[in-house]
Formats: sequence, structure tokens, C-alpha cells
Amino acid sequence: MYGNDVVDPEEALNASEAPEFDEAVAAGEAAEARGGESSFDALIAKDLRVEPRDEMPEAYRKTLIRQIAQHAHSEIIGMQPEGNWITRAPSLRRKAILIAKVQDEAGHGMYLYSAAETLGIDRAELLNMLHSGAQKYSSIFNYPTLTWADCGAIGWLVDGAAIMNQVPLCRCSYGPYARAMIRVCKEESFHQRQGFEILWTLVRGTPEQKAMAQDAANRWWWPALMMFGPPDTGEAATGGHTEQSMAWGIKRFSNDDLRQKFVDMMVLQADKLGLTLPDPDLAWNGERGHWDFGEVDWDEFWRVLRGDGPCNAERIEHRRRAHDEGAWVREAANAYATKQAERSPAQGSAA
Amino acid sequence: MSDGPTERSWPLWEVFVRAKRGLSHTHVGSLHAPDATMALRNARDVYTRRQEGVSIWVVEASSITASSPDEKDSFFDPAADKVYRHPTFYDVPEDVEYL
Repeated sequence: MYGNDVVDPEEALNASEAPEFDEAVAAGEAAEARGGESSFDALIAKDLRVEPRDEMPEAYRKTLIRQIAQHAHSEIIGMQPEGNWITRAPSLRRKAILIAKVQDEAGHGMYLYSAAETLGIDRAELLNMLHSGAQKYSSIFNYPTLTWADCGAIGWLVDGAAIMNQVPLCRCSYGPYARAMIRVCKEESFHQRQGFEILWTLVRGTPEQKAMAQDAANRWWWPALMMFGPPDTGEAATGGHTEQSMAWGIKRFSNDDLRQKFVDMMVLQADKLGLTLPDPDLAWNGERGHWDFGEVDWDEFWRVLRGDGPCNAERIEHRRRAHDEGAWVREAANAYATKQAERSPAQGSAA
Repeated sequence: MSDGPTERSWPLWEVFVRAKRGLSHTHVGSLHAPDATMALRNARDVYTRRQEGVSIWVVEASSITASSPDEKDSFFDPAADKVYRHPTFYDVPEDVEYL
């Protein structure tokens, strides 16, 4: 019941601190230990991990490449909205944190490209597809970061939603992806908490600061709900790829289930922050044991995903420029490697 | 959008990290770099940003020879029928201490 709902102060602040994460990690280890039969269908049936050199259906490989690449691209493009605030962070502490966070996003992109490459695709090809628009990234990053509070809202809501999506991926049937996700989830925990802390500070500040936090929550709430993807339960379940991905053990929960879980968690956190979530339909449903919430604007979602968001052109343009302007670094690295090889052919030995 | 042939030609390096003294190096992932030294530095930034390691190995992926999953059965089967390699195979009286 709503009135009797209790928030345990000991409760983990986000899902990567919660038992589900440990269970997902343990499930992976247990699956490894079981070993045994190794045909693709047998591995999937027994919830064992598929590893890079195993035989797998072409459609499974393609689905994974698309999903992991899209995930990697999202991490790389995701550096931009917050990178936008590094020079303007309100204190040295905030600046150091923000730099570390943006560096983590780059790192997450690297883990994921590394996982994608085990499926037989080259990283340079993936980058080309990002730059040409042939592969997508999460629509969330096409929204602008207008104020400092947006950095808080991104950490709290966007990274919160990302964790919710990523924790089940720690049990994904494809080994390298699952292992990359374990690393990513461990690191996302700091991301979400630092975002919450930014907002927590603002809401206890001046009325203007509190208003700024509320404005950021207003703008990021719905796009964060869209991060779970279009509806895929009930009628929408037929014809979508959720069903196939679930059968393959790539996805563990439907988009709608994860979205509901996220809403249930965030309502309480918003309450703690004293922020109002911008949804008049938000109401506790005692019968379902969940929060009811309003209809997500899926037209907006598809519009932004297909290129017509506030920042789509800017994000890709910036990414291409960063890549082109970084060409000299790659060339310098090559020149340095050549010079070193000429000087001393021997490398350090393992120890 | 040209990617330039440069990065494409960088070899793939597999990265192994020793989490702490007393543990073996464990595979953590891979990265591209022009040579081993730069692979090592890059590996430090990508895989040990939170003190996850005290030692890193990088190995050029093409230098690794791996057993094939196809011949997994014939390759590992010979170990399956030698139960006498395990201590539980042996019948010994229960009241012998420290055995």
C-alpha cells in the first residue's frame, strides 16, 4: 500500500549494488562450472555461455553485433552531453569527478567494442557505421544538457536506467558481452550516485538551484523511460525481436518489465529529493503492487531515433570531427612504434 | 567518412591482469595498439582505472594458438575415464585420521 510503503535506509542506491547483480555474476560462474555439451542449442537450453569460437547461428551473431555495437556507440556518444560541462563544472571536485565519469564512458565503449570484435567484426568498421549513421546509438544522447543540473539528472536518471538495463545483461548468453557488462555495472554505480549527489546538493540550495534541479528532472524523465525501448509485452510482443532475444538468452526481461521496475524505484528516490516527476498519471496501484504511469510519447522516441532530435546532427558531427582531428595522434603512435622497433626489437618478458 | 588505414592495421592485443599478489593473471579483454608498449599503457587506462591490477600482460592476439571447440571432445576426452586420478576413487577405512 502506498501509505505503508517503507524505504529501507540500508537499501542499495541502485541495481548494481543490489543482490540481483551478485546473483547475475554468480549465475555466470555457476554456468561455467557446469560445462558439458557444447552445441549451440544445448548451451542455450542449459543456460551456459556461448564463447567466441563456438558455432552459433548467423542471426544470433548478427543480433549480438548490432546490439553490442549500438551499446558501444551509446557509450562513446554519451561522453558528449556531460563532456559539455567539464570546463564549467562548479568546483574542482565536480570537475575531477566529471572527467573520471566521461573517461569511464570511453572505457565502457572500449570494453564493448572489444566484445563485439570477438564476433568477427573490426572496430574500424563499427566506427564507420556509427559515423555514417548505418548503426544507431541510444536516443537519450540527442537531448541537450542546458544547465549544470542536467549532469545530475543524467547520472541519476539516465545512468539509473542504464544500470537497470545492464544488470540482466551480466547474464547474457554471450560470454564476452556478459563479462564486459559486469565491469560496466560495477563502474556505473558511481555514476548514478554522483548524479544523485549533484541533485541532492541543488535541492537543498537556493530556490533557483532547486528550480534548476526540478527543470532538469522534468526534461530527462520521459526520455529516460524511452531508454528501455518500445513496448514489447501484450499485443506488442508479437513480431518484435524481444521474443527471439529472450529465447537466445540475450535479453532476460522485457522492455516493459524493466521500465516498470525503474519507475517503481525512481518514484521513491524523487520523493527523497523533493522533486516532482512530470507525470500527472503517476499513482500507486495497490492491486498490481506497482506504480501506474502515463503513456510514453513513442512518436517522439521514433522521431529522435531516426535523426530528428534536438542534437542528432551535432553529436555525429562532433564525433566525426574528434575522429578526424585525432588522426595525427594515430599517425604519431605509428611513427613512434616504428622508431622504437628500429631501436630495440626486444620487448619486456612476462613475469 | 574515411577511417584511414592506420588504425585498421593496428594489431589486436589480448590483455591479462593480475588482480593482486598471489593470484594469476586473468584475461580481461582486448584492445588495438601499434606496439606492445603502447598496448600496455592503453591497457592500464582501459582495464585498471580502479586499481584492478598490480601487473598487466599484453599478448598479440595472432600469437595465441587456441584449442578448437570442434575437437573439444577428442581433445579432452582422454581425461574423462581416469577416475583414479582423483583422491575420492580410493577405498580407505573411515577411521584413519589425516588421510
